[in-house]
Amino acid sequence: MGISIAFWILAVIGVMAALAVVLLRDVFRAALSLVLCFLTVAGIYITLSADFLAAVQILIYVGAISVLIILAIMLTREVQHGSTSNRLQIPAFLVAALFLGGVAFALLNTPWPVSSAAPLEPTTSALAGLLFGEGGFILPVEIAPILLLAAIIGAIALTREK
Amino acid sequence: MVGLEHYLILAAVLFSIGLYGALSKRNAIVILMSIELMLNAVNIALIAFSRYIVPLLLTGQVFAIFVMVVAAAEVSVGLAIIISVYRYRETIDATKINLMKW
Repeated sequence: MGISIAFWILAVIGVMAALAVVLLRDVFRAALSLVLCFLTVAGIYITLSADFLAAVQILIYVGAISVLIILAIMLTREVQHGSTSNRLQIPAFLVAALFLGGVAFALLNTPWPVSSAAPLEPTTSALAGLLFGEGGFILPVEIAPILLLAAIIGAIALTREK
Repeated sequence: MVGLEHYLILAAVLFSIGLYGALSKRNAIVILMSIELMLNAVNIALIAFSRYIVPLLLTGQVFAIFVMVVAAAEVSVGLAIIISVYRYRETIDATKINLMKW
C-alpha cells in the first residue's frame, strides 16, 4: 500500500518534471526540472526494490550529468534565445503520441509472465556477484572502462584549444 | 496495487516526452536533455521487468548499469561536441548547424 502511494506521487511529479523539461522556454529551468525528474526516477527505483541502482542514479545523474549539463548551458550563450521549437513541432508531437499509443496498446495486451516471488533485498552483493562472479557479466564490465576512457579522451580532444 | 503495467506505462510516457523533445527542439543541449529522459525511461522499464518477471536474477538491473555507463559516455562526448561547435559557429541551434549536411 505504501509502495503504491509512493509510486503514484513519484510518477506524477516525474511526468510533470519531464513535461517541464520540454515545455519551459528557459533552458536553465528546464535543466533544473530535469534534475527533479532524475530524483523521482531514483525514487521509482526504490519502489522497485533496486536500492543500489537508486544510489547510482543519484550519484551519476543527479550528481555528475546534471552538473555537466548546467555547465554546458552556462558556457554557451544560447540561454538568451531560450528553448524554442523548430518547424517539426506538430509532426514530432504526432510521432510521440503515436508511439505512446502503440506501445501502451502492445504492453496492455501482452500477458506478462509475472512472478510472484518476493524481490531480492539488498541487491548490492547479488549485483556484485553477477558482475564479477563466475559465469556473469565480466566481459562487458571489462569493456565498459575502455568505452569510458575513449569518451574521456574524445571529450578532451574535442574541447582542447588549438 | 501497483503492478508491472503501471511501471511500463510510466516508462512509455517518459520516453514519449523525451522523443517529442528530441525531435522538436532547436537548442542542442535541450535535445541532449531529452535523450537523457529517454534513457531513464528505458532504465525504468528494464528494472520493472527485472523486478516483476525474474525477481531473483537481477538481469535487468545489470543491463540498467550498462545503460548508465553508455549514457555517461554519451553525455560527456555530446557536450564536448556542442561546446566545440559553439566555439566555431557561435550557435548551438540544431537547425543552423549544417557542417555535415549534404
